[in-house]
Order: sequence, then structure tokens, then C-alpha cells
Amino acid sequence: MGITFRKETFRDDFTFRNSPEHIRRFPFPFHEDAYMYAVNIEPHVVGPKGSVLENLIDVDEHYVAEMQDRALVLAEDPLRCQSLPHMTLAGWDLLELLMEQQALGYPEHFTLTRDGDRWRWINRPLGIDDTFTFGDTSTLPYGPMEYITRQSQGDFCILDQRDGNLWMDAGMVTTQADWSLDFDIGMNFFEWHAPVPLAHEKGIFTRALKFLTNIQQGKPARRLNWTMTINPRLDTSPENYHKWGPDRTTVTPQNVGDKVHLRVELQSFWRLPRSNGIVFPIRCYLIKMDELVTQPKWARRLHRVIRDLPDELANYKGLTRYRPTLVEWLSKLDDGSPTSPGFGPD
Amino acid sequence: MAAKSIISRPVYGTLSPQPGKHHLFVADAEGALAVAEMAERTPPGFFDGAEIVFIPGPDGKHAAALEALKPAQFHQAPSFASLQPRLRQTLANAHMGLRLYLSGTEGLIGQAMQAALEAGIDHTSIQTEHRGSLARRMQCVHCKGITENVTTQPATCAHCGLLLLVRDHYSRRIAAFQGVCINAEDRSEIPPTEEIFR
Repeated sequence: MGITFRKETFRDDFTFRNSPEHIRRFPFPFHEDAYMYAVNIEPHVVGPKGSVLENLIDVDEHYVAEMQDRALVLAEDPLRCQSLPHMTLAGWDLLELLMEQQALGYPEHFTLTRDGDRWRWINRPLGIDDTFTFGDTSTLPYGPMEYITRQSQGDFCILDQRDGNLWMDAGMVTTQADWSLDFDIGMNFFEWHAPVPLAHEKGIFTRALKFLTNIQQGKPARRLNWTMTINPRLDTSPENYHKWGPDRTTVTPQNVGDKVHLRVELQSFWRLPRSNGIVFPIRCYLIKMDELVTQPKWARRLHRVIRDLPDELANYKGLTRYRPTLVEWLSKLDDGSPTSPGFGPD
Repeated sequence: MAAKSIISRPVYGTLSPQPGKHHLFVADAEGALAVAEMAERTPPGFFDGAEIVFIPGPDGKHAAALEALKPAQFHQAPSFASLQPRLRQTLANAHMGLRLYLSGTEGLIGQAMQAALEAGIDHTSIQTEHRGSLARRMQCVHCKGITENVTTQPATCAHCGLLLLVRDHYSRRIAAFQGVCINAEDRSEIPPTEEIFR
């Protein structure tokens, strides 16, 4: 049996929900009752069955709805998908990776057949059955990166490696937590992270870059990042900040559970075989507070994390305006008892 | 000089003569003084293979000082936009051994560097020196329009009219600082406007 894909929206009437199974598999990002930046990178290896790590490229019940939302974003603003001229080969690398991984993890939904350079790709959830020549862009309706990332959950940045640095030279970015691909494309690792507070001083990016430039083919790595979003909105781009920003003023003690969402990014890092680039998928998971607090350990821990977050971080993550309301609401679910170690629910 | 800031914000140096076969200077307004001061430290004959293009400021000064260096080519342009076709061709036809020197306002340095990047010149090989106004070129992240000569914080987008926070985050590719709506969450919050990029 395959996944039952939900019909839902990430805008307007916001019908996005997680099923009970998806609540339990949510990648809760806090392993202890406090949060500070760290180079929390680990090997991206397959995890327990039923977790988001069961497959290295995760496809879930939100797949079809997310791809529909991406198509809407791109129709409004094609600049969310860009690739500098030297990045086409890396786009083919990415197409191969995502087709292979999705077909491997979900054979009932995706099939890839190869006869030399002649490839056939069947994507049943989206009703796609295309035959094309690998390496020949004229045989696809879009460039290779755009073609496959219109069919893969999460944002994707392709980084070129040269001069001991990584350069943000291509990407499909429609579900970002407030950064602009159009502005940042062409920047190096330090430049595009420049606005992040505190982490430069802690040497986080120097160490992270060293790790990333040494990633080997077949040995991907991963880390979690998080923020919060009001309403289950995927497109929280700076481009549209003046449209979604007012949501942050709408949080009240009565609607916290429904409106406030924890937004977790599962970031992974893969060496690409032909281009020697790195692809950096940023897979976004959303969960509303009402769903999250069905796991009492998560409710207690999230209360402590948000309450004790340094102001500078809270501000950077855009929490400042509604943090007191959220902390007050969460405090009623925190009896002060200890939480068990590790990420998972009890 | 600009205050210490984030890593994406450009850092400018002091022009110094580089080994090379051909030297291209692009300067505006008081940027001419940076070229003239560097000339005091150049070996004889340095400007025999040099081209200087100059965009005078509103006061029209400094052109004579540059002409006095007797470069192989000297060209005055009324604006950067008017200079662009010539600059693009010069860069496109350039050979190995061209050295590029940019001096003057941030907007001039940024736009000339943008043209150089498009011609395949590595930004780290370019000599820069900031002189004169700290006014910024700003790209509105919302409508993508560029507003020239921004001196205030916040600043109004000349295209869509949103009130923008002028960030230090800078793109060499766009040759602009990023402007992000400062009161996106509550449009009734209007912070005071200060003149800070002079």
C-alpha cells in the first residue's frame, strides 16, 4: 500500500493538517530543554521505519499538495528557480539523485527505467510519464533542476565548490524561511549566511564549511534547523513578507494552538558525482501547536526552549511579537517534570 | 569610511599599482583623488598603458588632475548608465593582464564590478577604494526595483512605495544592498527616518 496523499492548502484557507501517524513521525528538533546554535551535522543514514529518515529522500502525505503550492509560487514569481549557466551539469546530477532515491523508497509511486542515456520516469501521484535523453536539456520541458524539483518536496540549493568555498549558484526555493535566492545567488558560504546573528562569532560557519567541502560521494550528511510560522504557509519568502508578515499580529491566546506552527528543516548535503557540486535539500516540516502538544514531552520541552531563547535569536527567527502569548499558552502544558533525553516522543 | 558590518558587506581598500599589461581605471567624483594619490607611487610610464574613465560629480571637479596623468586613453562620461556600453566592450575585449581599479562612490564601484563579473573577472583581483558619498544602491526584495542614492534609514522604494529597512546584506551580482519592508507586520508602525548614508 502506498501513501494516501492529502488534499490541502498552504495559503488562503490553510487546510494543511498532519495525520496522527505524521504527528508521531514529526522531526522534533530539540534533544534537550534548551537551544543554541551548534554544528549539529551527522551522517545522513537511514533511520527507524516510520520516521522521516526511513528513506534518505522523504516523501510524505503532503507531497501532492506541496508540489501544487510550488507551481503556484513559480507562476507568480519565476525568479524562485534560478541556475547560473555553469550549473546545468549539476542539475542533471540532482535529477539522477532524486529520481533514484524516490524510486528506491517509493516504488509504488515512482519508477525509473534506464536504457543507456534513454530514461523513462513515471511519477504516478502527479500523473507524469516522460521519456528523455539524460544530458540533453532539449528533451525535457524544463531544465533538469527545475524539472525534478517541481516533483520533489523541499527547497534545493546547488552549491558549486571552488577556491575552497561553496557558492550558491543554483536553486529551487519556494518554501524558504525568509531568505531570497534571487538576492543570494552567486554568493559564497559566508556571504549568504552573513545576516545570521551570533553564529559567525562562534566559528560555526568556518567549521561547517570545512565539513561540507569534504563531503564524499555516497556519504551524505544532515542537520536540523527550525523556526516558527504563523499559519501553515510554505511560502514565507522575503519577496512576500509584506503579504504574510501581518499574520504575526493575529496570534491570540485563543488561536495559538491552531495558528502557531513549528517549522523544522531537515537539511541534507550530498556530493554530486559529475559536477563535484553539493546539493543541499532543505525539507520543511510543519506542525501546529495543537498537534505538537498531543505529545506531552514535546509540549514541556518546547515551552522551556521558547521561554529561554536568547532575545537575539528570537528576533532573528521573527518570534518576538507573539512569543509572550505562545510561552503563556505552552506554560499551562508544562508541569515542570523532567523530559526524557533524545528527540522522540515518549 | 563605512563602519564594521556583516560579511557580505563589501570592504574597500586603497588603490595600489598592480603588475599588469593594461590598467583600466573607473572613477567617479572624489574617486579621482584616489587615482591621483596612487599615481604618486607608480613607476614611470605606468599610465602609458592605462585607460581612465571618469564620471564627474555635481561639482565637475577633478578631471584635470586625471588628464594630467597622461593616460593612453581618457574618457569622461556624464553617468554610469552612459558609460556602460563602452565599459562592457572594453571588458569583453580585454586580454589576460588587464588590471581593474575602481574608486569613488559605492554605487560606482558596485556597478563597475558587476560589469567586470559579467565579463568573467574575479572580484578578488579588482582594486577598489571608496571615496565620497556613502549613499547606497538598494534593491527592493519585494518588487525587485533598484533605488539609487539612498541616504536614509528606512527608505522608500522608488518603484513600489514600500518603506524599506536598508540592510547591510549586499549582492555583488545585483550591485545593491537589500531593502526589506520595515513595517510588513503592521503597516501603521512608521519608524522615524534618519539620514545615515551620507
